[in-house]
Amino acid sequence: MDLLLNQILAGISTGAIYACMALAVVMIYQAIDHLNFAQGEMAMFSTFISWQLMQWGLPYWVAFAITLVLSFIGGIVIERLLFKPLAKAPILTNVAGFIALFAILNSSAGLIWDFTIKEYPTPFGSSPFLGSQLISTHQAGMIGVTVLLLIALYVFFRYTRIGLAMRAAASVPESARLVGINTSWMIALGWGMAAAIGSIAGMLIAPVVFLEPNMMVSILLYGFAAAVLGGLTSPFGAVIGGFLVGIIENLAGTYIPGVGNELKLPIALALIITVLVIKPAGLFGRPVVKRV
Amino acid sequence: MTALLNIKALNAYYGQVQALHGLEFSLNEGSVTTLLGANGAGKTTTLRAICNMVRTTGAIEFAGAPLSSRPTENIVRLGIAHVPQGRGTFTTMTVEENLELGAITRSKAGIAADIERMYAYFPVLKQRHTQQAGTLSGGEQQMLAVARALMLRPRLMLLDEPSFGLAPLIVRDLFRILGKINREDKVTILVVEQNAQLALEIADHAYVIETGRIVMSGKAAEIADNEDIRKSYLGY
Repeated sequence: MDLLLNQILAGISTGAIYACMALAVVMIYQAIDHLNFAQGEMAMFSTFISWQLMQWGLPYWVAFAITLVLSFIGGIVIERLLFKPLAKAPILTNVAGFIALFAILNSSAGLIWDFTIKEYPTPFGSSPFLGSQLISTHQAGMIGVTVLLLIALYVFFRYTRIGLAMRAAASVPESARLVGINTSWMIALGWGMAAAIGSIAGMLIAPVVFLEPNMMVSILLYGFAAAVLGGLTSPFGAVIGGFLVGIIENLAGTYIPGVGNELKLPIALALIITVLVIKPAGLFGRPVVKRV
Repeated sequence: MTALLNIKALNAYYGQVQALHGLEFSLNEGSVTTLLGANGAGKTTTLRAICNMVRTTGAIEFAGAPLSSRPTENIVRLGIAHVPQGRGTFTTMTVEENLELGAITRSKAGIAADIERMYAYFPVLKQRHTQQAGTLSGGEQQMLAVARALMLRPRLMLLDEPSFGLAPLIVRDLFRILGKINREDKVTILVVEQNAQLALEIADHAYVIETGRIVMSGKAAEIADNEDIRKSYLGY
């Protein structure tokens, strides 16, 4: 029983990271209708920046905050420089853009900080949480930070005017322009926020997977699985999908004979395919209907 | 009276296809003007051209300032509210959020009061204010679209076939309210309609457009009284 509970809680804590990545992917997907393959690399690069800041002697939370701001700005810059010019380009051109961004970030990180695996600190410690063996303080911290982030995002999109404008621009761009919203900047803002959310995911998971240029590759795959499971059109679904993928991954690794740690990743892929075959819109997504 | 909107030698293009050919007309401040014509005559294109949503050449001046080089959202910010064909409802958002979006370019002051004013014009919107806008009926969505446009506190309102798909009684109601808005809020209105009879009732001035050219213009009452024009262009 303890093992089951332990695996579910651990699943929720890594699921929180998947939820963040899925949310970042969905935010950009909502804005520009493309999957950002470089979302993980952006998060990884942000995490390296925070590590560098700490190496220079800044305390954890200061580095965390600065990284958040830098990532936000970086996301906007990437959109303005690379993807705004591609806005009307065909899908494959955009895909090429994402792959280029992936390669640039991955290689630059390797060039600047090299490919050796680095330890990354946790501000929460790794002792048992509240004296319980079920979950560590860092895992609890991951869940806590994610929940705070989700609440902040909910409040932002539900109760602020800029959040309302962003939702409008994503849902009916033409009408949004007709009420005077600069949709192009809303997209840039979406990129900035997605980059910042990704950076949080990167900084939280780095103590677990260790810091290196390829740290986010598999995390992003789980994030994609989560986004597809929850529905690419639903931020709420993406978050639920993230937690579900985290739990499924852990339980399958523990209880299905032969899966173990090595075969966890194919589960994410199997999940993507299963969802796409059975319910392409995902659990919470709305099917896209187009008039022709 | 001064011209609020002045259009000269306006051509509009969809790709290689030219939809407007040297259109010229002007709107007087505080007037209701209607643009009449058959399907495909270029009525919608004219409205889209004013908001820079199609490729154009020629000159469009609003209150003395040229519009042609501005992006759509900046034109809206000058006080031109466009109620597009198909209503452009934000279907996944609530009625109230749709109204707030109409005022998104304004400062926060006065928005709540304006929303109440819209509910006074369109009581049905108040009943449904927390409902998803996509669940409204066609007539209610059209009212919402007009109310959303008014939330801008526009100087000029462009309406693209407000009667489209609505029951005759609802259309009457809508046009009565449009007339009231014109008189009380001093909003200049340009309305594109296929329902010529109705549009001529509230309009001061009318233009008839055919294959992208103005073929007739005059006081609305005169055009309504002229049987030849009615029969040959307006079909009633």
